[in-house]
Amino acid sequence: MPENSPISRRNALKGLLSGAAGAAAVPAIAAPNHTEPAPPVHASRFVFHDPDFMQPQKFPWEKLLSAEELATTQALADLILPKDETSPAASEVGVPDFINEWVSAEYPVHQEDRETIRGGLGWLNTESFKRFGKRFEELSTEQQGKIADDICGAGEVRPENRVGAAFFKRFRQLCLSGYYSHSQTWKSLGYVGNISIGGPYPGVLPEVIEKLGLQDVV
Amino acid sequence: MPILTERKTQPQYDVIVVGSGAGGGMAAMILALNGVKVLMIEAGRNYDPVKETPMFNTPEMAPLRGAATPDRYFGYYDATVNGGWQVPGEPYTNKQGTEGDFWWWRARMLGGRTNHWGRISLRFGEFDFKPKSRDGLGVDWPLGYDDMAPWYDRVEQLIGVYGENDGIANAPNSSPGVLMPPPKPRVGELLAKKAGRKLGVPVVAAHRAVLSQPMDWKNLPKVLFPNNPKAQEIIGKDMMSRAACFWATNCIRGCSIRANFQSTTVLLPPALATGNLDIITDAMVREVVMGADGKATGVHYIDKITRRDAVAKARVVILAASTCETSRILLNSKSRDKAGLANSSGQVGRNLMDSVGTRLGAHIPAMEDLPPMNEDGAGGLHTYVPWWLVNDHAKLGFARGYHIEMGGGRQMPDVKSFGYLDATSPGVYGRKLKEDARRYYGAQFGFSGRGEMIPNKDCYCELDPKVVDQWGIPVLRFHWKWSDHEIKQAEHMQQTFAALIEGMGGKAKPQSGADAIQRPGEIIHEVGTARMGAEAAESVTNQYCQTWDVKNLFLMDGAVLPSNPDKNPTLTILALAWRSSEWLMDEMKRGNI
Repeated sequence: MPENSPISRRNALKGLLSGAAGAAAVPAIAAPNHTEPAPPVHASRFVFHDPDFMQPQKFPWEKLLSAEELATTQALADLILPKDETSPAASEVGVPDFINEWVSAEYPVHQEDRETIRGGLGWLNTESFKRFGKRFEELSTEQQGKIADDICGAGEVRPENRVGAAFFKRFRQLCLSGYYSHSQTWKSLGYVGNISIGGPYPGVLPEVIEKLGLQDVV
Repeated sequence: MPILTERKTQPQYDVIVVGSGAGGGMAAMILALNGVKVLMIEAGRNYDPVKETPMFNTPEMAPLRGAATPDRYFGYYDATVNGGWQVPGEPYTNKQGTEGDFWWWRARMLGGRTNHWGRISLRFGEFDFKPKSRDGLGVDWPLGYDDMAPWYDRVEQLIGVYGENDGIANAPNSSPGVLMPPPKPRVGELLAKKAGRKLGVPVVAAHRAVLSQPMDWKNLPKVLFPNNPKAQEIIGKDMMSRAACFWATNCIRGCSIRANFQSTTVLLPPALATGNLDIITDAMVREVVMGADGKATGVHYIDKITRRDAVAKARVVILAASTCETSRILLNSKSRDKAGLANSSGQVGRNLMDSVGTRLGAHIPAMEDLPPMNEDGAGGLHTYVPWWLVNDHAKLGFARGYHIEMGGGRQMPDVKSFGYLDATSPGVYGRKLKEDARRYYGAQFGFSGRGEMIPNKDCYCELDPKVVDQWGIPVLRFHWKWSDHEIKQAEHMQQTFAALIEGMGGKAKPQSGADAIQRPGEIIHEVGTARMGAEAAESVTNQYCQTWDVKNLFLMDGAVLPSNPDKNPTLTILALAWRSSEWLMDEMKRGNI
């Protein structure tokens, strides 16, 4: 991170302040030639600078989305990633809470997303009221789909829907991020790792080697 | 300030080692195994990889689902704690008008940056030690490959490296029986190998410091430490307790079963078991303390927790604080010459080099819709491409080579895994979006180059005359400028990657070299700022890492490398530190130090 980057400086300051506060809480330490009585105390550890992997990890900032915003978020997330035969709905694996964390984080890229997502949720409810007289989460799936179809970008987006379309694209990507970063979705997706295997690494399945014509490079 | 042993610190040590990474860890272990009393001083916090490694943690257990942030650039579960591109209260600066800011990665933790690295362990080759003799650029090393080969063998046997001997020019073979067998390649790696064959680009087994099988703890200790029964016993026990890789979790998280190499998994445990090593963490060295006789008497440091200053004393001081930090300590140390300690040559801080890095990835249709396979593997690459055009530089327009790393396929999904659906599936939502995600998951593959940079007069670090850190220590100011050699090399990388991707059936969009080259420092292979050499006038140390100016002061990290071959520096830092430590002990026995 370059020294003149505003983000690095702000977070450096934040860490510095918390570090100073932490130092005061630590008892006097033996000088060289004295036996050290105890392992170090990490009185203050900013979770994104010096995480303590031995403890449950907490999101360090206030989560900003209101209950209403979260309800709209959940409705749209479940429309984008609904429950099916092999995998849960977005809301069942915490996607709304992930989006809430995402837009509440104090880094510039997250602050940009905060504007896009909060503005977009507002746009969506305004559109919903215009067409159906209700908030988005109160609509039927069919009604929700009518609005989504106009902003999803599958067809040409009309000028009055461009704000909605920009929001939808970013929101869909955040849904995918939140959804597939949850281990409960992996089996359906086809990720079968993160388990220990004894003996040598098994390598590529024979049928895949044959299918791709890789016999001469194995 | 913890002392990891339960004994008191001593008023006087044989050797002080500043830094606990590859160089410092190796020096401390070799010395301690031979009965030398060592004090290690580490600027970061204590860190225990056995307890602190989030091996199987899944993204939903982390804030922001483990996403990379400016503070955790390589993702939440990166082993680097208490460090990064910025360390709170410990800034560095870049000279205004310099071409591209230098990024300086620091890990303020026990084991330093060995906790976070790709474990890629490539020997420098015969040409790498004599670059100036070959193309007239840079400088030659004061030693050659034949001097280093036995030490590479020893290090590979000590830490455990998988790989194969391919007999490729300037990519040396290890002695028979030294390497462990490499894991089988993954799908994308095989496709790359097939594509490479048509292009004449050799895709071969990677060399990585990961145990692909249990260590030969019965025999290796005798080979490595003949005539030292205590060392054999300690190393044997330690090798026995290291597990083989179980083909899960990325090495960048560290390794709680100690299957891969970190200073904290391989060097420090046996070093501590000797009883000859004390370690002080959270202690930042200000300067080397000099005696009236022109010899170092110890180091002056600040205890970061109490902010109390202290001095530790020893017969010998070894700096292994990382390339730039070691140079900073020298520049901040008093000497008759205002230019800094051990700097009569004026080379301290000069010749700063990083690796040239650039990458290119793409969607590979042949990898779509494959049956689920566990591609976690060794937590890093199984294959790589050594530089294959070592005799063609006259035609290429750039003087030095690069190697190619590769990766992709069915990795653990994270928050960035599905960005390509914006391209493959615009406008899709609902059940169809999940179908597309399943179809395209695992079909991304990419290449990354690591190239040799040539030292130039515009790349260096010096003390910033106006800025000190929170400990009152003057900070480093960086200067940087790539030469055409690096830009053209990056261009060649992009073209090669594009050809490989096309050969695999993907569509590639290569960038120009100037656009594609990664930031100075970003590859975290910075070396060279206190280079070794044959002449005191042009270098800071001799071939044994002993400074020309101060006989009992040694530098055992990347600072001493006179050139920065494309092969990642860690293996060579380890080999040099071992070799130099043995020489140091001989000199001590002879009474020369």
